[in-house]
Amino acid sequence: MINFQYLRTSVVKTALNLINKDSKAVFIAGGTNLVDLMKRGVTAPEKLIDINHLPLKQISFANNLLQIGALTSNSALAEAPIVKEKFPLLSLTLQAGASAQLRNVATVGGNMMQRTRCGYFYDTTMPCNKREPGSGCGAIGGYNRMHAIFGTSEHCIAVHPSDMCVGLIALDAQVVLASAKGERKIKFADFHKLAGNTPEKDNNLQKGELIVRVEIPANNFNKNFHYLKVRDRSSYAFALVSVAAALDISNGVISDARLAMGGVAHKPWRLIEAENFLKGKSPNKANFEQAAKIAMNGAKSFGENDFKLTLAPNTIVEALTLAQA
Amino acid sequence: MSEVDQNQAGDTRRDFLKKTSFAAALSLTPITILKAADQKVDERFAELFEKIPLNLKVNNKSYALSVEPRVTLLDLLREQLHLTGTKKGCDHGQCGACTVHVDGQRINSCLSLAVMNEGKSITTIEGLANGNELHPMQAAFIKHDGFQCGYCTPGQIMSAVACVREGHANSREEIREYMSGNICRCGAYPNIVDAIQEVKEKGVKV
Repeated sequence: MINFQYLRTSVVKTALNLINKDSKAVFIAGGTNLVDLMKRGVTAPEKLIDINHLPLKQISFANNLLQIGALTSNSALAEAPIVKEKFPLLSLTLQAGASAQLRNVATVGGNMMQRTRCGYFYDTTMPCNKREPGSGCGAIGGYNRMHAIFGTSEHCIAVHPSDMCVGLIALDAQVVLASAKGERKIKFADFHKLAGNTPEKDNNLQKGELIVRVEIPANNFNKNFHYLKVRDRSSYAFALVSVAAALDISNGVISDARLAMGGVAHKPWRLIEAENFLKGKSPNKANFEQAAKIAMNGAKSFGENDFKLTLAPNTIVEALTLAQA
Repeated sequence: MSEVDQNQAGDTRRDFLKKTSFAAALSLTPITILKAADQKVDERFAELFEKIPLNLKVNNKSYALSVEPRVTLLDLLREQLHLTGTKKGCDHGQCGACTVHVDGQRINSCLSLAVMNEGKSITTIEGLANGNELHPMQAAFIKHDGFQCGYCTPGQIMSAVACVREGHANSREEIREYMSGNICRCGAYPNIVDAIQEVKEKGVKV
């Protein structure tokens, strides 16, 4: 690993000033993705600002709103009693990711910021428009078994690997970002972006901004929900396809539904049209299959991931079936 | 270990390898770099090796150290503190052989920068036993033959202890899921699960 300057602060304002002063500086929280990327030479920041001592680890629930400090560890969030009681879908998505050791260190903000696992991104000898804009995309026409089927561009077909983010987008979360200029709040769905013509950018975070909080409104999705993650191993592997499904059923009819997918796009993929179809319908197999069909509109595969065109709708149906049970 | 193989000069195998490889490396280093470092003529060169003070506790012993920011906790433990029980399997957070406890939580030490552990309390495999009395998990691993080559074993045991403390050892399925961050090329998994189940069921304090 190249050497770098290391600074540490326990004051948010100081952290924001430090990041503004030096364009080569980046924040480090848990570091479970950043340190790995630095070891492999994928990224080589000259200055790290350690934010682990900032007071951003609180979880609270008041006025029908769950507020999560961005430095909360993945394991602490998954195990928090208020989350298990009122937002168990989020708990399931967190538990499906990484390993116990990694979940103890990885933070909520860091989980959102994690980079793709695409082999061409990781291999510094390979063409990758995300790592080196203009160098090409090795995955298109190459090994693309794990890659996207929605929202792709000719420059990049990488997927966002997070499970937690699939839960957050399904539950209409919002993100609070702080900078030297103040705070702003955006929809979680607007945090990550598609690759488009700027694959080097994973998200819409601006220079000098720090994720400080994630908020989730109270909901009725704590009775019928499921997170189904399909992967090559039964644990500790990234998703080929994953589905977060939640249903609000009253009098045998779906009054509201949430559907989101992982492993299929550059950002966590919310299935709005499929959700709208399910509203007012009976929770039966035929309707689930129709919803899955609608969800697959616009899907496109690249050779090695053709199987996702079949696996994805089947996983949607299975997730909905398990959620309803 | 009660016995360490030593040659006539009192060198362990590890010492011998260190001496011979150091001599070889020294002979290959360009003379210019050795001279520059020695005379501190190149300001920027010297700055590259800037070290940061680090105070932490390892197995109940306090250390006041000075390390480069890029040193991982794993390398600190093994190379500087000579606690070689913790193993480097993949060095990328994917195998769990480097698992240690930091303030009671299991983590992959290969992905933790040493400097980020200021003021923390680290426990390695060397810190589990009580003098000559094995920790119940260590005893269980021996009883149930929970290892073959033994390379993943320190990480498995550290992870297993944490798994029981976390309350995630309630069934074989749960144990397998919560131990999934520790891989074993020899395939000792069934026996590892046996060992963890026994410790959990006995209700002993881990």
